[in-house]
Amino acid sequence: MTAVDARPEQATEIGRDRRRKEDARLITGRTRWTDNINLPGMLHLAMVRSPFAHARITGIDTSAAEESEGVVTVLAAKDFDESLGVCINAWPITPDQKTPAHPPVAVDRVTFAGEIVAVVAARSAAAARDAAEMVEVDYEELPAVVSLEEAVKDEVLAHPDLGTNKSALWVFDSAQAGTGGNVDEAIASAKSDGIVIERTYRQQRLIPAFMEPRSVVCDPTGEQITVWSATQIPHILRFAFAATTGVPESKIRVIAPDVGGGFGGKLQQTPEEMIVFAIARRLGKPVKYTETRSESLLAAHHGRDQIQKLTLSATRDGQVTGLKVELDANLGAYVAIVGGGVPVLGAFMFNAIYKFPAYQFNCQTVFTNTTWTDAYRGAGRPEATYAIERLMDELAAEVGVDPLEIREKNWITHEEFPFTTIAGLTYDSGNYEAATANAKEMFGYDELRAEQQQRRADNDPVQLGIGISTFTEMCGLAPSRVLGSLDYGAGGWEHAQVRLTPTGKVEVITGASAHGQGHETAFSQIVADRLGVAFEDVEVLHGDTQIAAKGYDTYGSRSLVVGGEALVRAADKVLEKAKPIAAHLLEASVDDMEFTGGRWTVRGTDQGMSIGELSTAVFAAHNLPDGVEANLDSEATFDPENFNFPHGTHLCAMEVDTETGQVKMRKYVCCDDIGNIINPLIVAGQVHGGLVQGIAQALWEDAVYDDAGTLVSGSFVDYLLPTAADTISFDIDHTTSPATTNTLGTKGVGEAGTIASTPAVVNAIVDALRPLGVHDVTMPCTPERVWRAINEGSAGGETTGAAAAHFDPSTGMSGNVDRTEGDVQ
Amino acid sequence: MIPASFDYVAPTTVEEALAALAQYGDEAKIIAGGQSLLPVLRMRLNAPEWVIDLGRIDSLKGVRDEGDSILVGAMTRHCDVATDPLVAEHAALVARATATVADEQVRHRGTFGGALAHADPAGDLGAPALALDAEFVIAGPAGERVVPGAEFFQGLFETAVSEDELLIGVRIPKHTGWTAHYEKFVRVAHQWPICAVGATLKVSGGVIEGAAIGLTNMGSTPLRAAGVEQALVGQHATEEVVRSAAALAADGADPPSDLNGDADYRRHLVTVLTRRAITKALGG
Ligand SMILES: Cc1cc2nc3c(=O)[nH]c(=O)nc-3n(C[C@H](O)[C@H](O)[C@H](O)COP(=O)(O)OP(=O)(O)OC[C@H]3O[C@@H](n4cnc5c(N)ncnc54)[C@H](O)[C@@H]3O)c2cc1C
Repeated sequence: MTAVDARPEQATEIGRDRRRKEDARLITGRTRWTDNINLPGMLHLAMVRSPFAHARITGIDTSAAEESEGVVTVLAAKDFDESLGVCINAWPITPDQKTPAHPPVAVDRVTFAGEIVAVVAARSAAAARDAAEMVEVDYEELPAVVSLEEAVKDEVLAHPDLGTNKSALWVFDSAQAGTGGNVDEAIASAKSDGIVIERTYRQQRLIPAFMEPRSVVCDPTGEQITVWSATQIPHILRFAFAATTGVPESKIRVIAPDVGGGFGGKLQQTPEEMIVFAIARRLGKPVKYTETRSESLLAAHHGRDQIQKLTLSATRDGQVTGLKVELDANLGAYVAIVGGGVPVLGAFMFNAIYKFPAYQFNCQTVFTNTTWTDAYRGAGRPEATYAIERLMDELAAEVGVDPLEIREKNWITHEEFPFTTIAGLTYDSGNYEAATANAKEMFGYDELRAEQQQRRADNDPVQLGIGISTFTEMCGLAPSRVLGSLDYGAGGWEHAQVRLTPTGKVEVITGASAHGQGHETAFSQIVADRLGVAFEDVEVLHGDTQIAAKGYDTYGSRSLVVGGEALVRAADKVLEKAKPIAAHLLEASVDDMEFTGGRWTVRGTDQGMSIGELSTAVFAAHNLPDGVEANLDSEATFDPENFNFPHGTHLCAMEVDTETGQVKMRKYVCCDDIGNIINPLIVAGQVHGGLVQGIAQALWEDAVYDDAGTLVSGSFVDYLLPTAADTISFDIDHTTSPATTNTLGTKGVGEAGTIASTPAVVNAIVDALRPLGVHDVTMPCTPERVWRAINEGSAGGETTGAAAAHFDPSTGMSGNVDRTEGDVQ
Repeated sequence: MIPASFDYVAPTTVEEALAALAQYGDEAKIIAGGQSLLPVLRMRLNAPEWVIDLGRIDSLKGVRDEGDSILVGAMTRHCDVATDPLVAEHAALVARATATVADEQVRHRGTFGGALAHADPAGDLGAPALALDAEFVIAGPAGERVVPGAEFFQGLFETAVSEDELLIGVRIPKHTGWTAHYEKFVRVAHQWPICAVGATLKVSGGVIEGAAIGLTNMGSTPLRAAGVEQALVGQHATEEVVRSAAALAADGADPPSDLNGDADYRRHLVTVLTRRAITKALGG
């Protein structure tokens, strides 16, 4: 047996820009994605989906499909019993929330275009797809309610039996909560001697558009039923299977193998997963379902879709006195797993970094006949950040000062931390002044302002705008107690285990299951430092409930700040266990033992041994102290006391072509304070990707339905995702105010870029056009909208709800098409 | 994304291809680069029983010098057209426009003939071909016929090529010494144009002797901005001449309305883009 040498003392992994361990297999496609899993005798599913947004199902004829080659069975809702389970809502935001039952297969009514009405199981995916086309479903169309504006009127109902489209009203009021004053009084008094700014902003609907479409495989042939799913939440999924199908949890194993992105879009218990599970059990054979990209865009959950009515009051010189938020949030057709809660996550963030003395937040969740919405990168916080950062710019314009000045006047100063906000949260650390000063310097703020003046003076057809976003957010989704107080149906701790192999290698097991973020690398760095082993000798295992038995999975920028801390604690327990054994083997007193640079040494001597040598000795167990277990493995569960509050200053310069409405990014600078950084390279990746996703909301992405409830932007031809060609090189930097709620001092960075960038971009566009009388442009800021804003003084208005027909069926025929119909499915 | 099953044949001559078309009739579809056809099959918007692949017919590939004109074979890929020396010299506008089509991957598969036969009004090649007075060489059971651009493009996704025919090449009269610019307006790089303008000009001694302006996505077929051309020819190439000529660009256009802009916006946009295309073609 070989013992491993301790690493040299000076080497520290934390802070190193390690290349990601997992990338070779992910980038070369050598890993096994769920869709690559093929099992003997496996059947394939294809879904028959409703083309109508709202309709009664009056008949389903599966006979032709059943006759089709390779088909094993065709099933509709009536063919399943309750072992199919249901899709759960884990976060009823109020006790009286209206929550329609969400069966995985529609029973007698479809509630959005894309809902599953029947399922084909066949011997190949192609045969299943062929047969799915032969299932004849008779529908009796019902009136559909598509837009949020219509839905709140309660004239057409998404679920007629509920009697209303309104699901729940969630309110926070600072006067009631005792955290501050009465907002209506603040607004009333500002009306007489201050400034009141009223705005309505729209958060358009977005599609998470992860790279790997969702896929699920179920093998029912073993003692445990094994499910592989491209999911962010293997543990929660296992719980949901058990809770809703009656299969004991101990009989279910869920594996999330390498997962190709999620952005919240795979934080879901999906109908497809339930169907695969049920059919595999029913047929006693392995079953696979992989969605097409079109299905993914249509029926995987969407994000955002809110209308925010905002009232901000301030003194004449720009000191904020109150903020009132009246928000309507589109749930789509069902309340998804945390769908109702997403806007509530924003409730605590509208006040952001500013010292509001009075605050009120009202959130009405609303049903429509559209795809259900749920978490999407940032979930609730981007919406809040957008609203407040847009409003601060409006306030600055009203007062007539630089938008940075108005922020500085109102933000929490660094001396004031920890600071308890009007929303009742305690921000542990931060330094807005430092991040802003650094960002300004990197940006060349004053030079760009000067250029802006020049262009205005010259009446340049291309105007320049500067956008600011001094964001903060709450992440590291945990405090189980706080989640409980919000009626969230689960906890937020995370679990980790550290195991030592006889040869001195380390296996780390985490409940935070990665889907591409680089946990294997970052967690290896943490453990390498903590135990003094080589980075390469740490193996991170996750995403299989048989290996990582406990966990709350990945979302809300929680993996490092909650999961990483659990890992630190587990590693520390290993050292605690190792200490008496090392003392015994080195024939020294426990009190004389020191652990540095990966070695236990006896103080004042050169005697010592590494963790690797110790684990070999423990494996042999020939010479352990009396009563000591032959085992160094340890585990820990960490539940922080508080959320985690990254912040940063983002500055964006946009050029606006006033002749065409085209906008072009000129410069983007951000200085994020995310506490201590484990791996700067991974952080840069998260920031870059996050920025692009936020910029894409500002400029490109928009999930549009036509009046009938057909998803118009149903392919990447019409749902515009940016590529590297559409972005510029970002300048990123950091200030460091370590978090005080975990020992690593880290703050989440997974969502920061997305949260911060959207308002920075729109603020820049509006800033460029303000002298032309523009004070808002609706997102996404298409050239058409920008042009209309300039020429009509509106916010750009509605775009035409029709797709361009590049892949028209007529490609295959000679027929004529009406391009305005855009009903490609 | 699995197409319905189909049978496949890959002839090596135009005659064999025509014979296959004659045999399978309207149950067959031709595949060139597949960049437009395959998405349609994969989305199951169409399910032909036969797919006839032109990819092995070598005589349809490449660009030939024919004296007064060049002939671009239907199966010449976008990446080859964009870098072809004959095209660059005699039909610069086509080279410019082709270089803007989609992305590298699509340009390495998609073909000149496929794009024109597809006749997407947002396609980038129709307007330049039209502006350069290209002739479309069509082969059918009765032999070859040649159709001018104005007759080739008949409507949305509709051309003069009938079901038993093939587009085999496009003959472009040489526009040697003409400068060119293709001004394409998109929101993201890999997009079809919301609107685009191709301008190619012959200028001598500061006077515009020839002007050809083609408009993309301003109607159900590619359009030629005849009014703009007329306003330019014979004039000195001044900013004011260009501006007032460009203002006529939307005359007679009937642009679509979609997510990227309604018809009014496109009518405005085309005037700006026309001005810019001409200015850039003039070297500005
Ligand atoms: C992501 C993406 C982006 C794109 N962006 C653009 C863009 O910005 N601008 C642009 O102009 N185009 C764009 N395209 C389309 C591209 O140019 C295609 O290559 C072109 O439209 C079709 O050419 P193809 O050779 O691939 O033809 P195919 O897809 O093989 O065929 C297209 C149609 O033409 C018929 N056909 C093909 N060849 C012949 C022939 N010789 N005779 C008769 N009929 C024939 C086929 O039967 C079929 O109906 C894009 C395509 C994709 C996939």
